[in-house]
This record gives sequence, structure tokens and C-alpha cells, in this order.
Amino acid sequence: MELLERFTRGDLEAFEILFRQFQNEVYGWIVRIVRDPGVAEDLTVETFWRIYRTHARFDPARRFGAWARRVATNVALDHLRHVRPEIEFVEFPEDLSQGPPPDPAVQQDIRERIERAFSQLPAKLQVAATLALIEEKPYEDIAEALGISVGTVKSRVFRAVRLLRKKLKRLGVEP
Amino acid sequence: MNERNDEQLRELLRRAMAPVAETDLKRDLWPAMQRKLDEPVIRVPWFDWALVALVAIWCLLFPDAVPGLLYHL
Repeated sequence: MELLERFTRGDLEAFEILFRQFQNEVYGWIVRIVRDPGVAEDLTVETFWRIYRTHARFDPARRFGAWARRVATNVALDHLRHVRPEIEFVEFPEDLSQGPPPDPAVQQDIRERIERAFSQLPAKLQVAATLALIEEKPYEDIAEALGISVGTVKSRVFRAVRLLRKKLKRLGVEP
Repeated sequence: MNERNDEQLRELLRRAMAPVAETDLKRDLWPAMQRKLDEPVIRVPWFDWALVALVAIWCLLFPDAVPGLLYHL
């Protein structure tokens, strides 16, 4: 608690301790949303920069991790809104699929069309759908990070699926 | 029918786009954070904000003058 109080007073040393403690968690959350390690690193720094600038607004009785995740989600959302036209036709980086690979039964061409359609979703819907459907994060966690209710998350995922279906149909993919 | 179609689409999505496997940082970001903290913050003087507000009010009060203003920009 003392650490958080020092942070709210603008103590740089306390901020550094919190940064080192939470940088991995924040990065992990952002990279799941933006799916690019380099961008996720930059956005992690941007997140902590915003956190530091608004230190006086933080209530030390609250969980720092949850607050950091909320700020990180907003930073990632802003990023998706701004880069949208550029990423429309860019594939997600290969090195992200080092773990469980995409199903080889899904043809490369179809995969690219799905990725393209997915990246064209409105940022808010894209974030909800990425976290819920691809990363399979609990709705409660997503709701907390976005600062909305679980019902709203479900509604965004539902709208994302419907919109994705329309976009895929236009691209000649029908599940 | 729609619900079944939605579930099929969700399944296709899961199969086409794998979850991010590497979610751990590969390097400490504190040095980058320090550089960011050391960057000078660009502050817009209050006089500039006042000027912007005056121009906005002027445009609202005299909309006919907007094309003239744009011409001179």
C-alpha cells in the first residue's frame, strides 16, 4: 500500500518498482490485442507513460494491475483506430504463431481473407472478439479491461461475428 | 439456424487465427521508459489556446467569414 501511495505522490522510484513488476503483464495483454511484438513493446511504454502522467488520479485502495490493464486496453484501442488503413492488407506476423499453429486444414488463402476481414472490424468490436474468441479470455476480464459490463462485451462479440460474416461473404468465404 | 452459423464462424476463426503464444517480454523496457520520461513535454501556451477559442467563437458568430478565413490560411 505504501508503494502505491508513494506512486500517487509522483515518486519516480515507486513508479520504477511498479513498472518492473507489471511491465510483463501489461505487454502480455497488449500483444494479445495488437498481435505484433514490436508494436506491443512501444504501446507498453506508452501505457506506463499515461499511467505516470495521471498518477495523482490513481486511488491507492484499488488494484494497480487492473488499472494498468484498463489503460493498456485504451492505448491498444487508440492504436488500432489509427493504423486501421495500413493494416488492412497486412498479415499478422509469423513469429506469433510459434506456439499452437493455426489449423493447417484451413487453407492459406482463406486464412488471409479471414485475417483481412477481421482487421477491418471496428476497433471496439475487434478487441472484444480477439480477446473472447481467439485468446479465449473470460468475459469478466475483458469487461474489466474495457470498463464495460459483461453484457456489453457479449453484445460486441455477437456484433463482431455478424459483421465478420458479412465481410467474409463479400470476400467469397462462407463458413 | 443463425446461432449454428455463428458457432461455425467462431470455430473457423479459432482454426484460422491461433492465439498469441509468446506473451512474455524479451527485454526490459525500463530504459525505453526512462528515455520517454526524459523527453521534453511540449506545452501549448495559454495564449495560443485563448487565440484558438477566439477564432472558434468568431467563426460561430460570423459563419459567412469562414471562407475568407480559410482563404487566408
